[in-house]
Amino acid sequence: MATTSVSGNSRAPATAAGRLLATAVANPFGTLVVLGLAYLAWTLGLPIVDWAFVNATWVASDRAGCNPDGACWAFIVNRLPQFAFGFYPEAERWRAWIVLLAPPLLLLLAMAPDFPGRRRILVVGFCLYPIAAFVMLAGGVLGLAPVPSEKWGGLLLTMVVGLGAFVFSFPIAILLAIGRASKLPAIRLLATGFIEFWRGMPLIAILFMSVIMLPLFLPPGVEFPRLTLAMIGITLYSAAFLAEVARGGLQSVSRGQSEAANALGFGFWAMQGYIVMPQALRAVLPGIVNSAISLLKDTTYVMVVGLFDLLNIVNAALSDPAWLGLATEGYVFVGLVFWSLCFGLSQVSARMERDAERNQSRTPSGERKAP
Amino acid sequence: MKKTMLWGIVGLSVMATSALAGEGDRVKAIKDRGELVCGTSTGTTIGLSTLDASGKWAGLEIDYCRAVAAAMFGDPDKVKFAPLEFKNAFAALQSGSVDMLARAAAWTYTRDTEMKFDYAGVYMYDGQGFLVKKSLGVSKLADLNGASICVSAGTTTELNLSDYFRTNSLEYTPIVTNSREQNLANLEAGRCDAYTNERGGLAASRLGLSAPDEYVILDEIIAKEPLGPIVQQDDPAFRDIAAWTLFTLINAEEKGITSANVAEMATGSENPEIQRMLGKTGDFGVKLGLANDWVVKVISSVGNYGEIFDRNLGAGSPVKLARGQNELWSKGGLLYAPPVR
Repeated sequence: MATTSVSGNSRAPATAAGRLLATAVANPFGTLVVLGLAYLAWTLGLPIVDWAFVNATWVASDRAGCNPDGACWAFIVNRLPQFAFGFYPEAERWRAWIVLLAPPLLLLLAMAPDFPGRRRILVVGFCLYPIAAFVMLAGGVLGLAPVPSEKWGGLLLTMVVGLGAFVFSFPIAILLAIGRASKLPAIRLLATGFIEFWRGMPLIAILFMSVIMLPLFLPPGVEFPRLTLAMIGITLYSAAFLAEVARGGLQSVSRGQSEAANALGFGFWAMQGYIVMPQALRAVLPGIVNSAISLLKDTTYVMVVGLFDLLNIVNAALSDPAWLGLATEGYVFVGLVFWSLCFGLSQVSARMERDAERNQSRTPSGERKAP
Repeated sequence: MKKTMLWGIVGLSVMATSALAGEGDRVKAIKDRGELVCGTSTGTTIGLSTLDASGKWAGLEIDYCRAVAAAMFGDPDKVKFAPLEFKNAFAALQSGSVDMLARAAAWTYTRDTEMKFDYAGVYMYDGQGFLVKKSLGVSKLADLNGASICVSAGTTTELNLSDYFRTNSLEYTPIVTNSREQNLANLEAGRCDAYTNERGGLAASRLGLSAPDEYVILDEIIAKEPLGPIVQQDDPAFRDIAAWTLFTLINAEEKGITSANVAEMATGSENPEIQRMLGKTGDFGVKLGLANDWVVKVISSVGNYGEIFDRNLGAGSPVKLARGQNELWSKGGLLYAPPVR
């Protein structure tokens, strides 16, 4: 203790415990709040820990084999393949594994330290994912056995619908945003009308109309898989929201940028592609990720049209007579999976923002501001 | 501009009329497609439609759909299940995106007339009952005077409950929630004294309680809930197939034809009605536009009504629901099918 007081103005004790004590004495109200919160965490947290871990059962063949005082995770463990792949045939599961693991791997890559070509892999990976996933899952080409889309389900379906709709809606959204900012009234009206229509409709209504009412207007014999119809509906819905996010970005880019591009002889599309859009999208990155997260969670609405995504397949499994009464375990599991996916997305977004900031400060324009 | 609009309208109406022209020939549409599309519950109704761990559907509704597929194609697997929430089921049938509904949707006057559906019979006579804690000592509905009762929002059960208690001048407090899980949690926590729903559903729900033996389903019912297959009114031939598949399941039980002995009976039975049913004599199948041995296919793949009930809801299932009204007419129940003559 005596050694630290050499520094003169600080009389703080050296040990951590000592420092803590000093802070506590100096701020009695804060101490009370901390103690109160700790007590709350203890009384509320302990039963949860007991339930989720201490008394939990991980291996059992039905509910009767579970400890009634704890969580019956055996239910989740037993049904895990079904929750992951739905009704995908067992012999073809390896295809589903690839489709299921690709997005988390891409996310990990997005978090990895930079190396040459990393961004290119990421962009190409995410853009190709939906199409590759569809080909992989549906089969019928490259010697893969065809699997009808009715058999896709669980987390697999959540992934394909969420990511697929997001990626497909992105180009549509950019076109809509440019269209809405257009000087040509016809294009502006069309884009605005489209956005307002799809944004104003509840997703449930869109799904219902596209899957259940559309067959009324199709000639007999023409039938689309439910998944395709649902995907189209969700994609257009998501495009309308993303378009508004992108428009926000467009407005943040000063007129000087496009005027300068014009002066240098850039055509319209070159200007949008090289000058305006990159700046606009960088400015609204958090908004884009926000849309992606909310879209991922909205995919649970596909139940309306009889598709079994993760939430709904767990919901159906809750009625298995061997595992009745385990709603809590089921919903906690679904919540954790969705949370991890969304948290992963938000981490990637934070990383991309940091990268963007660093790049910004290296650009010549940044340097010019400095002196 | 006007011209394009005109052509657009013409195009739309051509599409609409072709869609209308397509109606009336559902049997042909199903046969062309090569499979039946059956609208069922969403896999959350124990005994009627559930998903097992391998992703296979099971239940009374499922077995009925498989029976119709076996009747039409000779193969019970030529059916695609479209799980539908209650609020979308009728619209799905009206739009033709499913061929029929075999889901818990009781036969009522409005659904039959205003919605322009046909019910092709009743495969389960259900009724609205009450699940109560044994320790309350309640044995009849009148004992529930002043009780708080759990019920799902926006259902006919909620309306029936209020009708019954009002007409019998009983008092009650409704505890309204949105799902079975919430209702059961409320019942277990003592927030309500009784939970009202279809008796079949109650028997299944009871299994999920932590102590099922402490609860009892009262004998009295306050509303009829006849469940059966629903079809559009567009093709009488399809309605006939749906109806006679159900009748056949019932007749087979009455005549003692089971999945185990149907092959033997098809060749060896001396009973003239069984011979007609199983296609040994006459043209029972041909007149329905089916193969003459369709009943053999149906019974060998799903069994007769008794076997189906037993496997899904009765003694052979965890639900252990008594046959009750779902017993043959000759044994005191309501199941009665016209003779094959």
